[in-house]
Amino acid sequence: MLRQGSRLLSRSVTAASSKSATARAFSTELPSTIDSTFVESWKKVAPNMDPPQTPSSFMKPRPSTASSIPTKLTVNFVLPYASELSEKEVDMVIIPATTGQMGVLPGHVPTIAELKPGIMSVHEGTDIKKYFVSSGFAFLHANSVADIIAVEAVPLENIDAGQVQKGLAEFTQKLASATTDLEKAEAQIGVEVHSAMNAALSG
Amino acid sequence: MASTAAVPFWRAAGMTYITYSNICANLVRNCLKEPFKAEALNREKVHFSLSKWAGGKPEKPILRSDTPGV
Repeated sequence: MLRQGSRLLSRSVTAASSKSATARAFSTELPSTIDSTFVESWKKVAPNMDPPQTPSSFMKPRPSTASSIPTKLTVNFVLPYASELSEKEVDMVIIPATTGQMGVLPGHVPTIAELKPGIMSVHEGTDIKKYFVSSGFAFLHANSVADIIAVEAVPLENIDAGQVQKGLAEFTQKLASATTDLEKAEAQIGVEVHSAMNAALSG
Repeated sequence: MASTAAVPFWRAAGMTYITYSNICANLVRNCLKEPFKAEALNREKVHFSLSKWAGGKPEKPILRSDTPGV
């Protein structure tokens, strides 16, 4: 579903630029796209009432994209219970997208990426901070802001290797003995997550 | 528009993304070292009571609680 995200995003960008008169505009161009024919017919029917507001008139305009690529990437990394990184300016982040490890630099093409269990690393100068992310999403915006959301993200030192091995063995065994589709799926998830943690600890 | 895009295995088995994501998070939490594991499991404790209504009256509530003695 989200694999289509970047394609859909790029499709609407090209549509807006090629025929902006007829295509739906982005919210940066909002104030000028009030439908004048609607407003006129409204005024004929109810001259004493203001025309209704649409949701888009309440929206803040999309932040404009800088004309030159910024030098730093602004990262917001949030978990349900804590804001791990808030507006942190970094050089690069590498996120574990379902399509593979994705390096995000300032000026990255706008993307929505679904994350798989894996290591996310934040590079700032010579500092590299690694987290193991259980799953989540990364929203990369045109203005070099990256919003990364995860349900669980832990520094690698907090993971117990023994329990990972135990879990991996347990779920591999469950996968072999699973009967229903749901059991198989759950066991498969277990195997994937534990293998990812294993790889994270050893790699 | 590809509606024939390959679905992830958990979607094919009838699981929603939220269920998948929560299972992944739980597995990660269970593999943490102490004291982080205790903190995480403590953080994720839930307590709720759910009752269906029939004929204008609530039926027997379903109570799910991780706090003992409640």
